[in-house]
Formats: sequence, structure tokens, C-alpha cells
Amino acid sequence: MLKAVILIGGPLKGTRFRPLSLDSPKPLFPVAGLPMIQHLVLKGTRFRPLSLDSPKPLFPVAGLPMIQHHIEACVQVPNLKEIIILGYYPSADLHKFVLDMVQEYKINIRYLQEFIALGTGGGIFHFRDQIRCGNPDAFFVLNGDVCADFSLNEMLEFHKTCPNSLVTVMATEATRQQSVYYGCIVRKQQTSEISHYVEKPSTFVSTLVNCGVYLFSLDIFQNIAAVFQSKQDEFYNGNYMVNGKDTDFNHIQLEKEIIMPLAGSGKAYVYQTSKWWSQLKSAGSAIYANRHYLQLYKTRHPERLQCSSQCKTIGDVYIHSSASVHPTAIVGPNVSIDDGAVIGPGVRIKESIILQGASIGNHSLVLNSIVGRNSKVGNWSRVEGTPCDPNPNKAFAKMDNPPLFNSNGKLNPSITILGDGVTVPGELIVLNSIVLPYKELTRSFKNEILL
Amino acid sequence: MCGSGDNPDNMKALILVGGYGTRLRPLTLSRPKPLVEFANKPMLLHQIEALVEAGVREVILAVSYRAEQMEDELTVETKKLGISLVFSHENEPLGTAGPLALAKDILNKSQEPFFVLNSDIICDFPFKDLVSFHKNHGKEGTIVVTQVEEPSKYGVVLYNEHGCIESFIEKPQEFVSNKINAGMYIFNPSVLDRIEIKPTSIEKEIFPLMSKEKQLYAMELKGFWMDVGQPRDFLKGMCLYLNSLRQKRPKLLKEGDGIVGNVLVDPTATIGPGCRIGPNVTIGPGVVIEGGVCIKRSTILRDAIVKSHSWLEGCIIGWKCVVGQWVRMENITVLGEDVIVQDELYVNGGQVLPHKSIGSSVPEPQIIM
Repeated sequence: MLKAVILIGGPLKGTRFRPLSLDSPKPLFPVAGLPMIQHLVLKGTRFRPLSLDSPKPLFPVAGLPMIQHHIEACVQVPNLKEIIILGYYPSADLHKFVLDMVQEYKINIRYLQEFIALGTGGGIFHFRDQIRCGNPDAFFVLNGDVCADFSLNEMLEFHKTCPNSLVTVMATEATRQQSVYYGCIVRKQQTSEISHYVEKPSTFVSTLVNCGVYLFSLDIFQNIAAVFQSKQDEFYNGNYMVNGKDTDFNHIQLEKEIIMPLAGSGKAYVYQTSKWWSQLKSAGSAIYANRHYLQLYKTRHPERLQCSSQCKTIGDVYIHSSASVHPTAIVGPNVSIDDGAVIGPGVRIKESIILQGASIGNHSLVLNSIVGRNSKVGNWSRVEGTPCDPNPNKAFAKMDNPPLFNSNGKLNPSITILGDGVTVPGELIVLNSIVLPYKELTRSFKNEILL
Repeated sequence: MCGSGDNPDNMKALILVGGYGTRLRPLTLSRPKPLVEFANKPMLLHQIEALVEAGVREVILAVSYRAEQMEDELTVETKKLGISLVFSHENEPLGTAGPLALAKDILNKSQEPFFVLNSDIICDFPFKDLVSFHKNHGKEGTIVVTQVEEPSKYGVVLYNEHGCIESFIEKPQEFVSNKINAGMYIFNPSVLDRIEIKPTSIEKEIFPLMSKEKQLYAMELKGFWMDVGQPRDFLKGMCLYLNSLRQKRPKLLKEGDGIVGNVLVDPTATIGPGCRIGPNVTIGPGVVIEGGVCIKRSTILRDAIVKSHSWLEGCIIGWKCVVGQWVRMENITVLGEDVIVQDELYVNGGQVLPHKSIGSSVPEPQIIM
């Protein structure tokens, strides 16, 4: 029997400091030694303004909440009996989603809420009894903020061939330049044992990078327990402050504190995938993820690409059955239109996500953009962004996550995001801009953030 | 001058066409400026028709370059009007006064006063009033003056209550008057004695002397006036012209569903369903506007095509251009002849040279070679 754990993190305090926190990512960039909580602060805010009103893990990509794609990958694994979603969002935020998922996939799915941010390892350790109960042979751990064609079955088969393996880490090839933004893995060629692991090195180490997908044997809890014990001892020995920072012994970082020490021990292995994989951290990457998930539907769920509307579609398009798209609209490629959205006559939508209840007026164009829930775009308007896709001419290139602002203090061109409930009157252009929720625009905007 | 006032029917006019019309590029790369259609009629014909109506029978075009196309087309047009057209070619640019000396033999033939016009002017041409005003004061010359909002950009004219000009102030820093030289004059042939065949500015070198001798008067223009020599002013002038049509000949303007405000459409143009055209739009002969298009404050020249769902504001679309679907163009975008703008692009203040195909958006004002 197998289980899976999906790590979704949590909402962050201080969103009200938004004008300040928006340009603070740089100093907060995680470098070795920073507590995980700061790492998380970064993660949660990069998805703004989409994450302001609802939890980021439920943001719909290709018509499904982000982590539903994880769940779909898990239910494909034979004998996987339970999925645990772990995070510190209030239970109420996830309640309906979990019920829907149980209904849809007929599998045990539970949301376990951490009392405080425990870090990727801390959460697993805190809920160890829940994970261990039923005595699974192994359990998957998937980071919620990645998107991929998860090849969990192949990974499982590989894991079974590794003697004494406590963990198998899914990895993918990156470019030399980009690899340093990830966890870098060096392996023994013959055995695929991890011989060296380093998280976001400052100099090049390896092009093989951690995908944030793991398969653990239950024995891993002994290792985590040992880490926990030593941190606890340190705490009660009076080393409350280390390097001027609070040490919370409950907080354990999976990569740095568990995987890294296992490198070279012969108990950690790497499974390399060559299938599509990407982080899904910034809102800009949602458009990219949307395109790839739609592409996967072609072979796995072709029915989802069947469009009930009479409109003309180009390429891969997901249109929710309750969305209304006028027959003269042209949609695609790579567009998701969620429930209740209304697309008017003569509208053109390309490379975009239209969220629940949004409406697009006649003859308007939406390109490389995300239109938030219940937003309204008038007639003859143009909502356009600049894609930030990986360099297509470079093998293994990943998405760049450029900082919001360039060195001249100007906004880097990115996709356009209209937050929830935004109103764009007719005949305007919104280009490469981020519009925070419930804003009513009265003129055109280019390369701006609208608070 | 005695008695000649009864017989104004053989008057002459000299129009200062000048050079290549670079300020109106890229349109003037394909067609000489006098032939560029303003409100569906070549710019120069607006002036020539008004001159003919005032009794002019001979028009001299002072040009500093040869353009057979222009000469042929204008000769055809002026034949229809029953007047003679003479091209006076300068070997070197002679400024605004030199061309008068060059055409001296023609202008001297009779003692009737003659008109002189800058070619970029669009207004309610007041030529008949100008003749009577001029003959009434009996001096050598009359300048038409017009009121503008920002006189500091122009040459301001100061005159007394009878219209006798006292002085000129070029680009005044402090407000002295809002009356400026409108680029239209009438002179007695005696003025020609003041001018030699060499580069001379009539405004700076001739007028000050004439006003010193109290030989120059100013007549105030009623109605609109615009120098349409560059794209922004071309569109501004079009708005004023269409507004004046609304007052004077409203039947020429299009009415109906989807038409907003003053819109001039050639009968051979077609407009698809669901469009919103106007205010202030001119659509030339043979133009095709497909369905669901919105156009405001723009000129679409002959045989251009604008495909469905596009949105244009503040544009001049050149002859035979093709603008794709869901294109947005704004902010003084000028397409030269036969430019193709592909589907779904955004062009902001683009000046596009003729025969170009645009495949990517132009988000900031730019010249596209």
C-alpha cells in the first residue's frame, strides 16, 4: 500500500503591507541559512494578485485547481490508498475542495493543517502517525508549487530496484545557468545514488535538479526524528538564538536538513525524468503550466478539450460546460475558460486563463493574460501581456522567474493579470500590467502595477 | 486699379507648394503632398476649387521638385474646372517670396491683384471677402489672420482697428495677441517690384517693410483654420473640416446605424455589420471596413481594407493598406501606401513606410522602415 502527501504551504501574514512587500523579494531571496519561514513568505506573495482572495494551491490551471493535477497523478498509481494534503491554510479554505476530490476520485483525501509553518520536513514529522498508519510500503511527497507530467509509476518502479533506499528524489535536467536556482544533485552514474546535494548553490554544481517530488520509505521518520531531537536538545541547551535567528525545533526543512545529509550515504537515490516539469511560483508561470496541462489532456483526457460551445477553437482549449462563449468568438490556442465566464461576440482569446464568472465584451482581445474571477472587460478592449516562456532554443531551459522590477526600477514585461472583480471599460488597452482586485480602470495602462 | 474691380473674373493665384512634404511622410513617399486626399479630396483641390469660385482663372504652382504624376493629375482636375494651371519650377528653394519673382511675368500681365497661398492650409477660404476687403483699403497687400489658442508657436500680427498692420512678432514669449498669419495673401502686382529671384522669406523680409510703409492690411478669418502639413494636425484639421461640413452641407455626411458624429464616407466604400464609425472619420473610395470594427478620429485612404473586430483611433491609413483582425492602432499611427498589419497586433504611434508588412506589435511610437 502507498500514500501520497501534497505540501501546499499556507497564506502569509502581512499582505496588507503589499505595496512594500511587492518590491522586497530581492532581499528576501532565499540563500543558504535562511529559515524556511522566509522562504515561504516569498512563495506565497509571488503569486499575487491571484492568491490574494483564494489559496494559491486552488488556482485553476487548465480548468482544475493546481493541486488537483497532483491528485490526478497520484490516483494513477496502483494501490495508492490515501492522499494527505498538508499545509497551514485554514481548514475552511480547503474543506469544499477536499469533499469534491473525494467525490470525484473515490479515494481517501484529507487536509491536515499545521498549527504554524513547520517547513516541508516539519509538517511531515508532525503528522508522522497519520502518514504511517496502515503501514504503507512507501509514501510520495509532492511540492504543491510545481507542475509536471508526474511519472509517479516509473518512479515507484525505480525506487523498488534501489536497495536500502530511504528516499528517491525526482530530478530533471536544467541548463548550467539556471541550475543554481534549484536544488542541485550529483549522482553515481552506475547506481543513481545521490553522492552530493546542495540547495541553490552560488556556483555551478550540477545540471541535475530536484523536482520537489520524493518517494520515501517509512524508515525516513527515524532520520527526521533524529534531526528533530538534536534541534530540540540544542534549544533546551540554551542555544535559542543561532546566528541571531530564532531556532524553532519544530521547523524542519526537507531538502537542507533531511536530503542533504543523506547524500553519499547510499540511502538516497535519484530518478531522472525527461518529461515536462516546471515550478509554478509566479503568476506568469500559470500561463505556461496551463499550456502544458492542456497538452497532456490530448492523450489522457481528450473529453476535457471537447468544447460544448459553438465557437471556433484553435489548438488546445478548455471551456467549462457552464461558460458561455459566443459562436463568433475565436478561442485558442492554450486557453482555459472557467465556469460561468461569458465571452461576447467577436472576441479573440489566446494563451490565457479566464477565471470563474469573468466576462469579456464584444470584439475584445485577450492575449497572454489571466482575467480574475468576476472581472469585466468592455467592448473593443485589449488585455495583453508578454509571455515569459523558457527559451525555446535552449535544451532543458526552464522558466525564468525574473524579479518584478528591473535594475532601472521599471516593471519587467510579464503576462497581464487582472485580479478578481476588476473592471476594464471598453476601448482601453491594458498591457504588461498587474491590476489588483476590485480596481475599476478609467484609462489605458502599460507596464504598471495598479494598487 | 480703376474699374478693374468690376471684372474679377480673370484673377490669378500662386500656391506655394514647395518641397517634398517630408512632414507628412510616410504618405508623401507615395504621393506628392498636394495630391494626398484630405476629406476624400486632394489637398490642393480644396484650395483650387475655392479660388475658382472666387473668380481665379489661372493658378501657378510654385514647386521645387518635378513630379509628373502630380502635374498630370492636377492638370486633368483643373481642366474640369476650366482654368489654366502653370507649374513654376524652382532650381533652388526660393523660400516664400522668391517664387513670386520667378512667376513675375505671369502675375504682371494684368493690374488685377493676385492671391498667394501656403499649400498646407485648410479653412473656410474667404477669397471673395478678401478681394473686397483688399480693394476697399486700396493698399498693396492684405494678409489673412486667424485666431489661435497658442500664439507663441506662430508669427503674431499686430494691427490697428482698420486692419492696418503695425508690426510682426515672431513666436512671442509674452502674450501680445492671438492673431497670427494664416498663410493667405492678396497683393497688387506692384509688390513684385520689392522681390528678387533669390531665396527670400516673405514673412520676415518683405512684410516688415510693407507694414512700415502702411501698405499691408490684415483681414480676420471667420471660421476654422488649420495648417495640416503634419499628421497630428492633418487629423485635427479633418475634425474641424467635418464640423464645418455639418454646418454647411450636412447631406454630405453619413448617417445611420453605427455612425457616430461627423463621418464622411465615399459611396464606393463598404462598411460591415456591427461597426461603430466616428466621430470624425473619413473613409475613402473603394475602402472595405469589415464587421465589428470601431474607428474614431481617423482617415482611411482609397482601397484600404480594415478587417473585423479591429479598433482604430487617431490613425491615417494609407492607400491599399490591409489592417488585420483584432488590430489596435492609436496615437497618430500613419501607415504608408500598401502596408499590411497582421492580425491581433497593437500599433501605438507607428509611422510605417510604404509596402511594409508588420508582423509584431509596436508598443511605443516608432518609425518602421
